[in-house]
Amino acid sequence: MLIRPKEGILDPQGKAVERALPALGFDDVSSVRIGRLVELEADSLERLPELCEKLLANPLIEDFEIQPVQAPSPDA
Amino acid sequence: MTTWGVIQFPGSCDERDAVLACSRAGEARLLWHAERDLAGVDAIVVPGGFSYGDYLRAGAIARFSEVMEAVAEFAAAGGPVLGICNGFQVLCEAGLLPGALLTNERLRFVCRQVEVEVVNAETPFTRECEPGERLSIPVKHQVGRYFAPPEELERLEREGRVVFRYAPGQNPNGSLGDIAGVANDAGNVVGLMPHPEHAVDPLTGSADGLKLFASAAKLAVA
Repeated sequence: MLIRPKEGILDPQGKAVERALPALGFDDVSSVRIGRLVELEADSLERLPELCEKLLANPLIEDFEIQPVQAPSPDA
Repeated sequence: MTTWGVIQFPGSCDERDAVLACSRAGEARLLWHAERDLAGVDAIVVPGGFSYGDYLRAGAIARFSEVMEAVAEFAAAGGPVLGICNGFQVLCEAGLLPGALLTNERLRFVCRQVEVEVVNAETPFTRECEPGERLSIPVKHQVGRYFAPPEELERLEREGRVVFRYAPGQNPNGSLGDIAGVANDAGNVVGLMPHPEHAVDPLTGSADGLKLFASAAKLAVA
């Protein structure tokens, strides 16, 4: 799950990182936003949006995205 | 006499001062997070600290504790509930108060005495105050920037649900509208970032915080 600050919400962490970049020579990088990555294993995707809405993200201030990754099969 | 219940989560750290403050306006007992029974208390304080280590988001995990179900029922029945700092964050996460608290604009932990203006003097926790009165109360937090979407913010202002505001020029965290504390729809649930429970004795700089506890105590007895 990728959890990001909603658009329009001030993200001071992203801003602080962005301000440090020119000193490292990254003049062409902008709009830095910092969110969270949550990895978990689940048998089904069905209830994961509910999990995000209820706990992992606060829908008032954060957006979430679920990226399913197939686990490697045991005989592979 | 008013009986106060002070909730204690793993990671709470201001419950002792909250109990002391409440005991100046009644008697107080701690309620452990795994309690489902509020033991017939008249008013609840959800105190500050770092419940569940503030993991994920401040207050996000505490809202699922057993005791919070009972607090939600108590609030729905009109019982007075005061959330302080982390307690404010928990009440917002639980949907008992509108909005959310974000990391301070300057990313720093702030710990200082601030002047807080009472905007709404009609809630159970502000009845002993005058509208516009300034209270000297400390703040100490890193996640205290009050946020609500523009339409919600406008509604809060219109309905008089902004209860406390940082005095001009004293906003320590970038809160929208200088908001330091808000109330729910019915007005019985109030949350604020500053710590009235740390301002109950002139010995530590100010006793202004006592007014919040005295307000609710008077109401419960009346």
